[in-house]
Amino acid sequence: MQRAIATLQALPMAAVFAVFFLVPIALVVVVSFFDYQTYDILIPDFVLFNYTDVFSSQTTYRTYLSTLKFCLITWAITLVLGFTIAHFLAFTVKTLPVQLICFLICTIPFWTSNVIRMVSWIPFLGRNGLINQTLMSMGVIDEPIDWLLYSDFAVILGYVHLYTLFMIVPIFNSMVRIDKSLIEAASDQGATRWQILRNVTIPLAKPGIAIGSIFVLAIVMGDFITVTVLGGGQIPSIGKSIQTELSYLQFPPAAANAVVLLGITILMIIALIRIVDIRKEL
Amino acid sequence: MSHVKFDLKGGLDRRAFLKTTALTGATAAVGLTAPAVLAQEPVTLRLAGTGVNAYNEIAEKAKADTGITIEYTTLVSDDVVRRAVTQPTSFDLLDTEYWMLKKIIPTGNILGMDTSRITNYDKIVPIFTKGELPDGTKVADQGTAPFEVSYLTEEGGEAFASEPTGFMTAIPTVYNADTLGIRPDLINRPIESWAELLNSEFAGKASILNIPSIGIMDAAMVAEATGEVEYGDKGNMTREEIDKTIDLMIAAKRDGQFRAFWKDFNESVNLMASGEVVIQSMWSPAVTAVRKQGIPCIYQPLKEGYRAWAAGLTVPTHVSGRTRDAAYEFVNWYLDGWVGAFLNRQGYYTAVLETAQANMSANEWDFWMEGGTADAPIVSPTGDELEPAGATRDGGSFWDRMGAVACWNAVMDEDRYMVRRWNEFIAA
Repeated sequence: MQRAIATLQALPMAAVFAVFFLVPIALVVVVSFFDYQTYDILIPDFVLFNYTDVFSSQTTYRTYLSTLKFCLITWAITLVLGFTIAHFLAFTVKTLPVQLICFLICTIPFWTSNVIRMVSWIPFLGRNGLINQTLMSMGVIDEPIDWLLYSDFAVILGYVHLYTLFMIVPIFNSMVRIDKSLIEAASDQGATRWQILRNVTIPLAKPGIAIGSIFVLAIVMGDFITVTVLGGGQIPSIGKSIQTELSYLQFPPAAANAVVLLGITILMIIALIRIVDIRKEL
Repeated sequence: MSHVKFDLKGGLDRRAFLKTTALTGATAAVGLTAPAVLAQEPVTLRLAGTGVNAYNEIAEKAKADTGITIEYTTLVSDDVVRRAVTQPTSFDLLDTEYWMLKKIIPTGNILGMDTSRITNYDKIVPIFTKGELPDGTKVADQGTAPFEVSYLTEEGGEAFASEPTGFMTAIPTVYNADTLGIRPDLINRPIESWAELLNSEFAGKASILNIPSIGIMDAAMVAEATGEVEYGDKGNMTREEIDKTIDLMIAAKRDGQFRAFWKDFNESVNLMASGEVVIQSMWSPAVTAVRKQGIPCIYQPLKEGYRAWAAGLTVPTHVSGRTRDAAYEFVNWYLDGWVGAFLNRQGYYTAVLETAQANMSANEWDFWMEGGTADAPIVSPTGDELEPAGATRDGGSFWDRMGAVACWNAVMDEDRYMVRRWNEFIAA
């Protein structure tokens, strides 16, 4: 009886999960084995060439390498930034109202759409943009700096701008749960600030760090808008090649690419969860 | 409402409607004009297309003249094909580019147009009906030349006929000869060849458009001009030719030749106006849009010739009865001159020249079509001054430009392979 009620209670969530997650994923997997023609976009079949195309192409490896590079750099920067800001919010800011106000300030960029947030960088970073004009009028440089826009730099800047908050929130959440007396105890025992950070704060904030990392990694792995807008189409990303295939009606290879991307992202997340048992720590 | 578009974009945007609210604009504007007296209930036609000619003014005038309400659905090129293939019942009229027909017609979703119901059929420029210029010389047939896909074997047929059959796949509406746009003030020397797009002098300052069926043809014009690749038929490349072309472009991309790629009309305007790019693939009204910001920009004629495109109107299979009659009425009205003059004034060309000429002033006709010098300022359909007196059009007259077409936007036999390689170029 008890069990039946529990099952019933879990049913709505399970149904939502099945309809909006499991079924679409299953469809994507099925379609990835289909054949296709220009005007006959889905030909039910069981072919492997969508996958052999993915794995036999040099571009795939280069693209994954590039996407992974962006993942790592973005992850490192957002982690340091996010951790520092969360630490400041949780420990330096003493009162709850001030914490809330600071927190709200962090969310201000999210009041506009993320495309607008990205596009607004363009007049700032462009060849004749604000930075270059300022530097040139100050006489610091003679020629405009080209790598500010449509470059790796611009894309990483965009990612950091867009996704640091996803790091701040879970880490902050973990930090405010840390019992302050633990830190006081460590300090009473003569621990330096660095020792407290390493032996008390970081271990206890690990679930937050892990969740923030999952957010950032998963988003950057699948991103195609930022690389297009700030990379000027010059920077490869897996999300972008999937989007390109979709817009050319090449659904099966896009599905195959998506399955591979999903697999790799899941592997990364499994690895993270191996390091930090999120469920235990929550 | 229509002014919003021009003020915002500062130009006669061919694609501006993709960004602006064409549909609401059209309906709002239409509401202001008094509808003609009608014998029947008014008909609404849902017109899907790329928005090259989805002007509010046309919908407004159509409503006033015929009582037909036009609702635009504007999509980027790839989405037009996707819509026509997967959701043909979502529109009553399709504004399709001719290369798209190669992808759409085999689905059987398109009924085609009965030429006996088209009043001005005989006056359509022979580019579409015979594959010739009026003086009888053949139009370039590299790529998907309109004549190759102009006729259906039968109404609703799924194959193209090589001779006129009485059923056109689409009634041509608008077409043009495209070339590279340049910033003369930042280049300071004559540009004469497509090969200049890959000239290292412009490293980091070049751009190419990222719509495969169009971009590959620009790439081919460039590759052929540099002498790196020789083609049997640029518009129907072999795998080897595709590989060579794409490899050349990938190498250039890795060397940092390109500043950015663009997919949307407005992106090309912004890249050029901001000086990020000094030489790039461009569309005629985009050049006008840059110039209207007071920035010098030339639609540079090149010695290898132009890459041309054309679009036409057609009805999908599901349309019948009153709606279909209205579709024919609208298409007939389209060829009747007012729209032709309107499109000519945008720098496009229209399918029936005689009726358009009757709706243009001698000065306008001379400037836009004859390549003559403007005696008086040239004004856009919305009243903005485009060119001062004394100006001439880049590339000259209609026949100079259309006669110098080297190839057409294309769908090739190796389309699937080409798109995959193009994707590698974009992703590389």
